[in-house]
Amino acid sequence: MSEYKVERINLFEDLSDFDYLRLNKFQALLYKFIKVIRVVPKWFLNLFVLVGKYIKKFFTYIKDEFVDIYTTFVYGDWKTKMSFFIMGFGSIARGKVLRGILFLVFQVVFIVYLCFGGIHWLSKFKTLGDTKASTVYDPNLDTYVRVDGDDSFKIMLYSLLTIIFIIAFIWTWRTNVKQNKIMEDILKSGKKLKSTKEDIQSLLDEQFHKTLLAIPLTGIMTFTVFPIIFMILVAFTNYDAAHDGYSNLFTWVGLTNFNALFSMNIGSDNLSFAFGEILSWTLIWAFFATFTNYFLGMFVAIMINKKGIKLKKLWRGILVLTSAVPQFVSLLYISKMFANNGLANGLLMEWGFIKNISGIIKFWGVKEIARTMVIIVNVWIGIPYTMLICTGILMNIPKDLYESSQIDGATAFQQFVKITMPYMLFVTGPYLLTSFIGNINNFNVIYLLTGGGPSNPALLTSGGSAGDTDLLITWLFNLTTGAESKYYLAAVIGIMIFVVVSSISVVVYNVMPSTKNEEDFS
Amino acid sequence: MAEKQKRHMSQKLKNKLSNGLIYTVLIVVSVIWLFPFFCLVCESFRCESTHQVGYIIPKVWGFDNYINLFTKTDFLIWYKNTFIIAVFVSVIQTIMVLTMSYTLSRLRFKGRKSLMNIMLILGMFPGFITMIVLYKILSGMGLTGANSVPGLILVYTASSAMGYYVSKGFFDTISRSLDEAARIDGATRFQVLTKVIMPLSKPIVIYTILTAFMAPWGDFMFAKYIAHNTSRGMNVAVGLQNMISTPSSLTANYTMFCAGGVLVAVPITILFMSLQKYYVEGVTGGAVKG
Repeated sequence: MSEYKVERINLFEDLSDFDYLRLNKFQALLYKFIKVIRVVPKWFLNLFVLVGKYIKKFFTYIKDEFVDIYTTFVYGDWKTKMSFFIMGFGSIARGKVLRGILFLVFQVVFIVYLCFGGIHWLSKFKTLGDTKASTVYDPNLDTYVRVDGDDSFKIMLYSLLTIIFIIAFIWTWRTNVKQNKIMEDILKSGKKLKSTKEDIQSLLDEQFHKTLLAIPLTGIMTFTVFPIIFMILVAFTNYDAAHDGYSNLFTWVGLTNFNALFSMNIGSDNLSFAFGEILSWTLIWAFFATFTNYFLGMFVAIMINKKGIKLKKLWRGILVLTSAVPQFVSLLYISKMFANNGLANGLLMEWGFIKNISGIIKFWGVKEIARTMVIIVNVWIGIPYTMLICTGILMNIPKDLYESSQIDGATAFQQFVKITMPYMLFVTGPYLLTSFIGNINNFNVIYLLTGGGPSNPALLTSGGSAGDTDLLITWLFNLTTGAESKYYLAAVIGIMIFVVVSSISVVVYNVMPSTKNEEDFS
Repeated sequence: MAEKQKRHMSQKLKNKLSNGLIYTVLIVVSVIWLFPFFCLVCESFRCESTHQVGYIIPKVWGFDNYINLFTKTDFLIWYKNTFIIAVFVSVIQTIMVLTMSYTLSRLRFKGRKSLMNIMLILGMFPGFITMIVLYKILSGMGLTGANSVPGLILVYTASSAMGYYVSKGFFDTISRSLDEAARIDGATRFQVLTKVIMPLSKPIVIYTILTAFMAPWGDFMFAKYIAHNTSRGMNVAVGLQNMISTPSSLTANYTMFCAGGVLVAVPITILFMSLQKYYVEGVTGGAVKG
């Protein structure tokens, strides 16, 4: 009888290295799996802590700002105090005329805008308009004329602009106060203020980032940030073709749209069912599209890179050539090629695989075939790109790893699993994530190949039909461009795509070995 | 001795076999990849019928489809539209992207990290949802429908700085000691950019121009929405898709569509292949550095 008694190892606890080595293969796998699951609550905890930290940071920031504004006012001289009411006064009084005038002009413009428009729009923001456009009999013209009412779209647009303007004003005002304090401090310490010329010169040196970023950031603000905020607001309204805001007002509906998407009652409008179906296909598609491309592309790259294979440039060139052709040409052509009366069926018939017209393969007509086809065609589209990426990385793998493993008697397959794969996964982690997200929003491949079809009556919603290969993004496109133009639903789906994409990113970033350190290169 | 030689021989044979297998696979792959383009070109020269047929090699060769394309459709307008868009986009986008990536890579300022985070988050929204608002605003300015070219240029370029990742990765690899040396010699940051960094950045500039130039040729979603069924405002992608969107028009225009596809694909492919080196550099560099 041995005295040594094997304890039961609890897989749900952290094991020491010694205990871990005693596990058999299956247990080890199970242990690793449990370990991943166990950290999930930790992420959420971390997330909440992070959010809490930011909120706290925000409020301390606000508090500090107020304290600073207060002390600036109390201890500042009269020029500073005047600047609190007339922006730029301090700057002008201290000789920085140009800067002061800019401040002053901004203030005047702001006040004029607020009086002659801003307040008007903001007052209607709560209801998005109350007077509908109507037709009234005009006795002078002896006909019915249109009397314009409110336009909900404009109200929302200009209200949002006004709010942004107000925030910008507060920020500028704060800058103005801050600068007064700085100027006062400089003068008190007996130094001289910078001249306007020096100020402008600093825009090419210390302040160079402001000059460079001015235009790109303005573009991003107006063409991305502003529309996104607007669309988030639209998700809480009933804005569609029937309520276009112009001939018929739209208004706030609270969370109704989100409820409709998540409510489980299957009535006339089974939106939640359609959403669930399309979302799950989107994820399945993104998964297969990403990984088939990745592995097959890597496979092709390894083959071309193998020592002793000649004409490497030619093979690579052929593949790259196909990715040079604009996608819509190749995708539309392939879509027609596999149509019911297309080339593929024609050739199959000519070669005798299909006997008569009733035997044709409906490549885009059956759910399973269509779904497989889009993934296969996507491989065709995507491999050249992945091949290029993998080629670059494969060349970077240290050659001695392969040589030493060969001496140890490793087979080619073992080399692939133990050396190539881990290295590739480690380096291309970020690429895999972006490519997964790109595939979630891969409009071109689906829309040009199948147009979302084959249409599925079960996915028919009042907003418009959806098909078996429709992704969220093509569904969104159809909802927007369809006859009913369900803008609010499109906005909700857009937000849902954001939620999906961002949560996947958060999870992946937490699991991925952190490969990115910006300063590594410098 | 004989044993060793035998093993060596079998090793060699094995190697030959595997190489042979790889060549076969590569040939099959090349054929599969080139086959659709071969068919496309062939069908574009087919004169005996305009609809889809079950064979590849035309029975009557000719340029009918190309002639019809220019005389019977707005193809020239679409082509011109796309070309103008592509030129403007490639210039403006390159400037936007390079300034953004240079700033984020070389300059250190307050709010830099948060700026990058905000752009990352913004990028997670599907770009299309902004279109509904932008369409209304652009149509208010009269930049949709027949005038959609300037509208599309605005849409493509305005936020293009958000795609700074690849070129930032490039700038990150340029040693910072170069900047510092120039700074010590009294150069301003502006001079560092124009005199030190720019001359070193030729590959990334060409890569950015190339990708920016090619994107408008393939864009479908925005172009379709902004053009709003007005033929004069379409780009080639929307125009050609529109030409074969219904079964009856497909029968009438199929070979013409093939001709259009060839006309779009050939110049782009030539341009691309001649600048391939830079593209490959950009792609491989960008993936590794994220």
